Amino acid sequence: MSTVTTTDLAGAVEDAAAYLYVWALKDIPQDLRDALAAAREKETSTTGRRVLDVIHRNVSIADEEKNLVCQDTGIAVYTCRVGEHFPLHPARIYAALKAGTERATVEHPLRSNAVHTITRENTGPNTGYRLPIVHWDFVPDWDGLDVKCVPKGSGSENMSFLKMCVPADGVKGIKQFVLESIVGAGGKPCPPGIVGVGIGGSADYAMYLAKEAIARPVGTRNPDPLVAQLEDELFELLNETGIGPMGLGGDVTVLQCHIEHADTHMTLNPVAVNYQCWAARRATAHVAADGAIEYDREF
Amino acid sequence: MAIHEVTFPITDPAEILKLKAGDEVTVQGHIIGIRDRTQIRIFDQGVEPPMDLSGSFLLHTAPNVRKLGPGRYEKLCIGTTTSARMVRFTEGLGAQYGVRAICGKGGFPDEAIEPMQRLGMVYFAIVGGAAALETTQIEEIEEVAWEELMPECLWKFRVKDFGPLTVGIDAHGNSLYHEVQARATKKLEELYARL
Repeated sequence: MSTVTTTDLAGAVEDAAAYLYVWALKDIPQDLRDALAAAREKETSTTGRRVLDVIHRNVSIADEEKNLVCQDTGIAVYTCRVGEHFPLHPARIYAALKAGTERATVEHPLRSNAVHTITRENTGPNTGYRLPIVHWDFVPDWDGLDVKCVPKGSGSENMSFLKMCVPADGVKGIKQFVLESIVGAGGKPCPPGIVGVGIGGSADYAMYLAKEAIARPVGTRNPDPLVAQLEDELFELLNETGIGPMGLGGDVTVLQCHIEHADTHMTLNPVAVNYQCWAARRATAHVAADGAIEYDREF
Repeated sequence: MAIHEVTFPITDPAEILKLKAGDEVTVQGHIIGIRDRTQIRIFDQGVEPPMDLSGSFLLHTAPNVRKLGPGRYEKLCIGTTTSARMVRFTEGLGAQYGVRAICGKGGFPDEAIEPMQRLGMVYFAIVGGAAALETTQIEEIEEVAWEELMPECLWKFRVKDFGPLTVGIDAHGNSLYHEVQARATKKLEELYARL
């Protein structure tokens, strides 16, 4: 944990974004390291153990050489919790996050992945029209800002699925859809990773919630006991599918299943799946109203 | 499951035929980096690749690099991307250009099995995301073509002890991915019955 103080608040947010993006790519969180170690203990197949041994070696080498864990620098996704009294408007926070993303990309340098969605031409330093992506949450009676950076790789993002189940499908329909999605994804999203599930709300909001779910610390449980029970159940079921590490077969298919939910229309039963690869990169910072930055403050 | 070491490019097709699905392989020699746009240019736009691909090992990649000078790049972080997007180029790579091995992550769907068997090709599974390790096994970027497609250029890498790789699809019609999917699909019926 470290603290930095500056009087330029937009500059502080930019600094935090630039630092978080590179830090997230190089140093995976301890909860993820623990989950990967547990997976390595549990796995019994030859190919699965081979994969998990390589992952372990890779994380160690990234630490030693201060290199990126994975070459896919992703799309930069940020989650912001903005206090009601934080003295920088979200419009300026967004501009600062964008500037920080660009600075990190140019200075490191990082591979730039952002392209125009029709021409496929590169749009610059991992930013573009509506990039980076920011999830916002607003907190009353508070003057701080929490920022989380989740660089999201394409291999896992391509394995995103939405189904508008009907109410008569019930919770069983939700479970079936998650199971068939993860079996269908096979080795493509770099298993074993985190399965994020969003249920309820609307079609778009269910997927938004699924993305929130993958950004949680590994193994945390939803505060609603009904949802937490579903997380436990799906976690067990998913690991019975036999897809295994990198889809080559084995005991460990997922590191965790996280679910976020919202109340919904009586006629709706949406379920969205967003996968996060084993290199589930995530880094956090807190920016105080005076510009002091405190890194590694999980939320 | 046997353990092999193979040096690419190969001249003897028997080097590929001895590999069986599930075997562990370490690669030496030279490998060629290729990706979506590179193959779209070759096959959809009909542009001849300016590198000899016969007997080659192709890696599905788009590296993080630093430019040192004209055509010269320093490796920063080199890893591997999802192969399934590029499966339709398999036949052309083998039949027209003599490619013998394709390496990526996540596997190829079943449509790759028949051409790989007919043409004597293998698919090597690498551990996706393990780029820090992979970078240490790539000694040098020796050649780059089509720089305007950066980072989806044609890259020639010299490697040392590249792996361990797993033979995902062999040249005898066996695919680990097919086997795992078949078992998982059957397992799903059992799991659904318990819900």
